Amino acid sequence: MARNVDALYIFLLIVTGMMALLIFICLIYFAARFRYRAGVPAEQIEGSHALEITWSVIPFLIFMVIFAWGAVVYFKERTPPADATEVYVVAKQWMWKLEHAEGQREINELHVPVGRDVRLIMTSQDVIHSFYVPAFRLKQDVLPGRYTVEWFRATKPGVYHLFCAEYCGTQHSGMVGSIVVLEPAQYEAWMNGGSTGPLSATGEKIFAELGCSTCHRSDAQGRGPNLQGVFGKPVQLEDGRTVTADENYLRECILDPGARRVKGFQPLMPTFQGLVSEEQVNALVAYIKSISQPQPGEPAKASANAATPKAKPNGSQVQ
Amino acid sequence: MPTAIAQPVERENYLNTKYGVWSWLLTTDHKRIALLYLLSITFFFFIGGFFALLIRLELLTPAGDLVQADTYNKLFTMHGMVMVFFFLIPSIPATLGNFLVPMMIGAKDLAFPRINLLSWYLYIIGGVMMLHCMLTGGVDTGWTFYAPFSTNFTNTKIVEAGLAIFVAGFSSILTGLNFVVTIHRMRAPGMTWSRLPLFIWAHYATSIIQLLGTPVVAVTIVLVAAERALHLGIFDPRLGGDPLLFQHLFWFYSHPAVYIMILPSMGVITEIIACFSRKRIFGYSFVAFSSIAIAVFGFLVWAHHMFVAGMSVYAALVFSLLSYAVAIPSAIKVFNWTATLYKGSIRYDAPMLYAFGFLGLFTIGGLTGLFLAALGIDVHVTDTYFVVAHFHYIMVGGAVMGYLGGMHFWWPKISGKLYPEGWARLAALIVFIGFNLTFFPQFVLGYMGMPRRYYDYSHMPEFQVLNVLSTAGATVLGVGYLLPMIYFLWSMRYGKPASDNPWNAAGLEWKTASPPPTFNFDEEPVVTWEAYNYEELDAPHSQEVPVAR
Amino acid sequence: MPDSSSATGLHTEEHNPALLHHFADPEQQRDAASLGMWVFLATEIMFFGGLFCAYLVYRRWYFGDFAAASRTINMAYGATNTAVLICSSLTVVLAVWAAQTARRTLLITSLILTMLLGLVFLGIKGIEYREKFTEHHVPGASFRFVQPIPGHPGQYANPRHAQIFFSLYFVMTGLHALHMIIGLGIFLWLLTMAWKGRFTPEWHTPVEMGGLYWHFVDIVWIYLFPLLYLIDRHP
Repeated sequence: MARNVDALYIFLLIVTGMMALLIFICLIYFAARFRYRAGVPAEQIEGSHALEITWSVIPFLIFMVIFAWGAVVYFKERTPPADATEVYVVAKQWMWKLEHAEGQREINELHVPVGRDVRLIMTSQDVIHSFYVPAFRLKQDVLPGRYTVEWFRATKPGVYHLFCAEYCGTQHSGMVGSIVVLEPAQYEAWMNGGSTGPLSATGEKIFAELGCSTCHRSDAQGRGPNLQGVFGKPVQLEDGRTVTADENYLRECILDPGARRVKGFQPLMPTFQGLVSEEQVNALVAYIKSISQPQPGEPAKASANAATPKAKPNGSQVQ
Repeated sequence: MPTAIAQPVERENYLNTKYGVWSWLLTTDHKRIALLYLLSITFFFFIGGFFALLIRLELLTPAGDLVQADTYNKLFTMHGMVMVFFFLIPSIPATLGNFLVPMMIGAKDLAFPRINLLSWYLYIIGGVMMLHCMLTGGVDTGWTFYAPFSTNFTNTKIVEAGLAIFVAGFSSILTGLNFVVTIHRMRAPGMTWSRLPLFIWAHYATSIIQLLGTPVVAVTIVLVAAERALHLGIFDPRLGGDPLLFQHLFWFYSHPAVYIMILPSMGVITEIIACFSRKRIFGYSFVAFSSIAIAVFGFLVWAHHMFVAGMSVYAALVFSLLSYAVAIPSAIKVFNWTATLYKGSIRYDAPMLYAFGFLGLFTIGGLTGLFLAALGIDVHVTDTYFVVAHFHYIMVGGAVMGYLGGMHFWWPKISGKLYPEGWARLAALIVFIGFNLTFFPQFVLGYMGMPRRYYDYSHMPEFQVLNVLSTAGATVLGVGYLLPMIYFLWSMRYGKPASDNPWNAAGLEWKTASPPPTFNFDEEPVVTWEAYNYEELDAPHSQEVPVAR
Repeated sequence: MPDSSSATGLHTEEHNPALLHHFADPEQQRDAASLGMWVFLATEIMFFGGLFCAYLVYRRWYFGDFAAASRTINMAYGATNTAVLICSSLTVVLAVWAAQTARRTLLITSLILTMLLGLVFLGIKGIEYREKFTEHHVPGASFRFVQPIPGHPGQYANPRHAQIFFSLYFVMTGLHALHMIIGLGIFLWLLTMAWKGRFTPEWHTPVEMGGLYWHFVDIVWIYLFPLLYLIDRHP
């Protein structure tokens, strides 16, 4: 993806450079050629409709090309592939907390293997931050109260800067870290160097500890909806609307259950706001997603968030 | 050189008609009010500039070693708030606009002179509140004061700063109201819309934006203050609120605000280019309507500040497209200005040097806007120094150059004295060089990935070289800004007296004395000629004294 | 045509003492005042517009909760206030007509009636606010909201979303009330001038401009009332 962004950038540099050069050459030439000379008055020229239209239409067409190219690049950037590895990110003043689906926790550092699609599911504990990796030409604001998503595929091993790019208070400039891209073998080695088990297993434990399974049973008898296979599927709501059960919806159900209640169920679920941390919410979401994984033979479910194009999109590439 | 007259005659004019502090503080004369504004905004310009200097000094080294983090955060916040709300927004409209709008249309004063004075007092009250806020702790949210940081997390004086801006905002609204009514209702006989100087068209468009946009930021400030004081939860996700709503409300004003800052400057540049090429502006109606088009389209593009904020992809597409549309009228202006030079008879006095500087710098600034409007690129460069460079090219390279050019152009009319031309040209050159040295490196820094609002970049020492260059440029720029302060003041006492029309320029303001009498014209003008009648003015049999070298 | 005497400040001709010197004639002055007031009202529309925007967004998201909250504000008071303001607009129109036709007594009576009606409006508003205070519906630390969502038996409104309704309710009606109070001040000033006999059929611009302002404040309320008081109400 970085290469795509740079290609557009260079195209823009050339186009705007040419426009600027054209204007500057005219300015300098006219300034010199038409200096005041005694006895040579200025020639009054009212204007020219033809010229006005020309220099409106041609720039407009050029702008449309730039717009379209930029839009295409952006669309790819905002559309994660369906089977990307997931990493949960919690931003807080003034650090990044990351948790791999496999369970490894990191602070201010993210280890990823070369060539793997990685999808970041991000939220903030407090104010708005922004997850910025200049080398990947990627940035996405991280908001409190909801998930935002970013994805990339690293193509070269190395260590790359991670910055917070949305002013967030005193140590905003200290909220920096690294993306560490490893060869697959090295990554395996790093991964096996201690973890607390996959995130979804943590989530399963929390699910039991908090008593969720009391109502959310895996048969149809529970007071709450059966959560098997729910992730990514459409859900009918009490007020008639239909929503897709994506990460944001699951999170909202945990923290604000009355907001969009599922049709056919009583409003009995208590809110867990204040009783679970962001990391625990992430773990629960990961668990619910894991019990929606297709069994062998079933088609994969689509990830939520933005339209998924038919063709597999290009990954983000590192310079 | 502009003409000087041998024997200064102490005629009655707006400056000497009454003496004493109260004759100034209770004046309703638009020209005196313009000077009151001139003093006040110059004061805030230097305050904002002082903060900028401290920022650039801190950034000389990667470590945060000059000031503490909180102090730095307050510095860039106050720099932004002071420069935007207390310098740029009023600058040209409240000084040159107040002085010239009635004169250019042949009126004796603005429609509501007492409201004009009220407008200045509101500005002063807002300014004093802001000063007090800064002296007693300041604000550290950035001038954009995003929620929920500003509503729930910072301990600094948001409500006071917000109220200061609220009050100053009313000053802006009243100025806009005065201009719109004046331009509609008080034009002299024969001054039709198509005979208006383009300076007036530019101020008309600016006033529309001031009137329609400022109230929205005012109510946003009210909501932020209410949220802080009463814990309402309108922008707090923990209480069901939405921080993105704040951003939409804020940018709905703050994007059109940048057009408030640039349109008057474009009006100034038009007048200068016409005078110093001795030609009617090429494409008068296109330039006039492009001002209106900028005002209208400017209201439709606000969310291009929010492409990575968490908006939907489709919203981003719409705003990107519209942002390219709003670039077209500005491009039209640049082309028309350039075409005006063709077959002109060009002189290089200081105002024209500023105009050339404007043309170059505004072109670069505007073209870099195309980068930012491209969604794929914006994701990389938003919230980096690329954006900082872009808007400083327009605000400082564009608006401030226009402001300085206009001050030089109309100084003889305002003060009755000539400024020293040699020093003025030198200052223009210093400003141009200093400006480019300060801000061009920042484009590179931005694409390299240096984020905004960072006081410590010790993790990225590779950024230091460009930062040092930038700071060096800033000191040169500062010198360039100090020079006019000095020689303008000097000229008030020691400058050569100016004639009515030292530039032999077109426009009603030049048909009366320098400085003008209190009611502007001895007799109400009756306009029978088109704007920019330079052919007439330069004709050999003309009564005007030809501009001598 | 303008006279040069006014340029130099000499009153060689008879003209209305209310004519200001920078205007060529009374028509220009009146036109300027009128355009100025309309432009000012446009800015006020933008001011309230921001609030309406925020309100509409949240109402769409939290419709049920907003409906529940709306049930707890007193529709009878709101409707009465609407009638009060509409009547006051009538008295304002009467005042303007009285000024146009040199009916000093009617003018003074109408102005006083308008102000009385305005005070009634504010009084009822005060009673409403007090009611909200005692019911703990004022946003803040002591906010408590336990109400069912209309049409959804057994389901209770989310108190945090209801608090947003009340936040907007107080800010919007509070801002409106502030404009009313300013309007009362303006009318007091008009009353003083009318008492001194300053208005004539040739010049009564302040009455017209004051009337425009009052009508605007009235219209804002006519939008506020259904939006705030009448969410999802069925006969």
